Amino acid sequence: MSTTTLAVPIRVDAAGVHARPGLGRLVAVELRKMVDTRAGFWLQVAMVAITVVAVIVACVVGDAEDLTLRSVLDVGLQPAAVLLPVTGILLVTSEWSQRTGLITFALVPQRSRVLGAKLLASLVLAVAMLVMSVAVIAAGVLVASPGVDATWSDAAPLIGQAAVYLTTGMVVGVAFGAVLRTSAPAIVSRFALPIAWSAVVSLPFFADIAPWVDTARALGRMSAEVLSPIEWAQAGTALAIWMLLPLLIGIWQITRREVAV
Amino acid sequence: MIETHALTKQLGGRTVVSNVTFRCEPGTVTGFLGPNGAGKTTTMRMLVGLSEPDGGTATILGGPYRDLPNPGRRVGILLDASAQHSGRRGREALAVSAQMMGVPARRVDELLALVGLDEAAARKRVGQYSLGMRQRLGFAHALLGDPEVLILDEPANGLDPEGMRWMRGLLRGFADRGGTVLLSSHLLAEVEAVADRMMIIGGGRIRAQGTRAELLTESGTIVEANDLVALDAVLRRAGLTAHVADGDRRLVEAEPDAVARVAMDGGVLLRRLAPAESAGLERLFFELTAGAGALEPQTDPIRPEPAKATS
Repeated sequence: MSTTTLAVPIRVDAAGVHARPGLGRLVAVELRKMVDTRAGFWLQVAMVAITVVAVIVACVVGDAEDLTLRSVLDVGLQPAAVLLPVTGILLVTSEWSQRTGLITFALVPQRSRVLGAKLLASLVLAVAMLVMSVAVIAAGVLVASPGVDATWSDAAPLIGQAAVYLTTGMVVGVAFGAVLRTSAPAIVSRFALPIAWSAVVSLPFFADIAPWVDTARALGRMSAEVLSPIEWAQAGTALAIWMLLPLLIGIWQITRREVAV
Repeated sequence: MIETHALTKQLGGRTVVSNVTFRCEPGTVTGFLGPNGAGKTTTMRMLVGLSEPDGGTATILGGPYRDLPNPGRRVGILLDASAQHSGRRGREALAVSAQMMGVPARRVDELLALVGLDEAAARKRVGQYSLGMRQRLGFAHALLGDPEVLILDEPANGLDPEGMRWMRGLLRGFADRGGTVLLSSHLLAEVEAVADRMMIIGGGRIRAQGTRAELLTESGTIVEANDLVALDAVLRRAGLTAHVADGDRRLVEAEPDAVARVAMDGGVLLRRLAPAESAGLERLFFELTAGAGALEPQTDPIRPEPAKATS
């Protein structure tokens, strides 16, 4: 740390000085930011570890005839379904709570690009965790199953639904993070609000609309049974309310408002 | 090159930056001085597009900051050294930004060495850093993209005297190679030694700006006397404008020999008579910014308000 070292400037090659960072690079950076903090790293470790434990328990405790992909999937997806949204929330809220937004939004002044990169990165992580979960679940079933007939029935649609279940849950997390921009309230609302909402719309008065707006009910089925077309439609409307709406509000706020970091 | 024209910002119904116009040329270090809450940070945030001005314009390197395709490679920013994820390791914090702006990863190590953060420090999480270490990490971050412009908000905060000297050398070298530096401080001493130009802001307005020499030319004469009432009386009779400085001193807008003659003619014994240059910027800084919380109509910014009727 002597002044003599300062006489020699550290030059960097000029390439890229006038080139806008590509979306691929921004997505890679956001992926990195999800796992390179203490909290982010342990969240991912916990997701894998708890999935393994859950699958082992499901395989050991359950009745032999229940040891199908369908039943183990319903249990084995839940760790990722809970912890992925937390990762997604922190990916957005940490820019405010940790104030790194001062750096991020100064390096990439187009905030919509940052949000887009966060969304894509969260989808990539969700797919990675889907692959992990399904692999652990399949391994568990393979090892523990006595080989009942329906063990692998409906594998393709169930795994497809698992993909929708995990990715949409992740995006809901990102959306809640974008709207609230503080970690604790965002995490609590992400999990408590749908439950409270379920309670409200389960009142007889809402009997007709409840299936269409109750996200807990509409999405909870995703990991357990093959959805009918009408159930898909209900999942779609519930997601429009719980995922799309907060996402649009969050994007609108962050891109239009001051970054009060 | 940094340029602002009539930059204005209101926050919560209060004008926090009002009509701020300045220009920082390549090859110079500009000190941005003012007490806390004077509008320095808000001005800097507007420069880099984090805050939207309500009026006026700010350009960096010839255009709005937001139009720079890869701003990190041309403008180095340190707005708040604490604005780093506390759970991220020091090296990783730099590496993330290096990847974002497309700088080779080995530059991270070069900069860690430059700012004096050793391997142990680089492996620590930022949450464990002292303020001085964060400030050094912030410098490394600002220099990461090999920028042409540096914008630093209170960079000397938390630096020890050795670090302060190091910072001055770094900024001087940066400017001497043709870079443009804007650094803010609420302490005159931090800026005085390195800045070529200074702007003093108080209550959201630029109260004075210019080179050191320009800011000092109108300083006048510092006078002390045991009988202040008599001193004020003879100065007033002679038509000289005097200001109260440090309570029992007077700053007179005249050359020392003129003041000496008036005092002698009036029979007032002076116990001190000196050109005000020594008190210099500090007094100017203090006078221009003290009590400048509210916006009042601006008179000549260099000339302090005339003293109240002396007691």
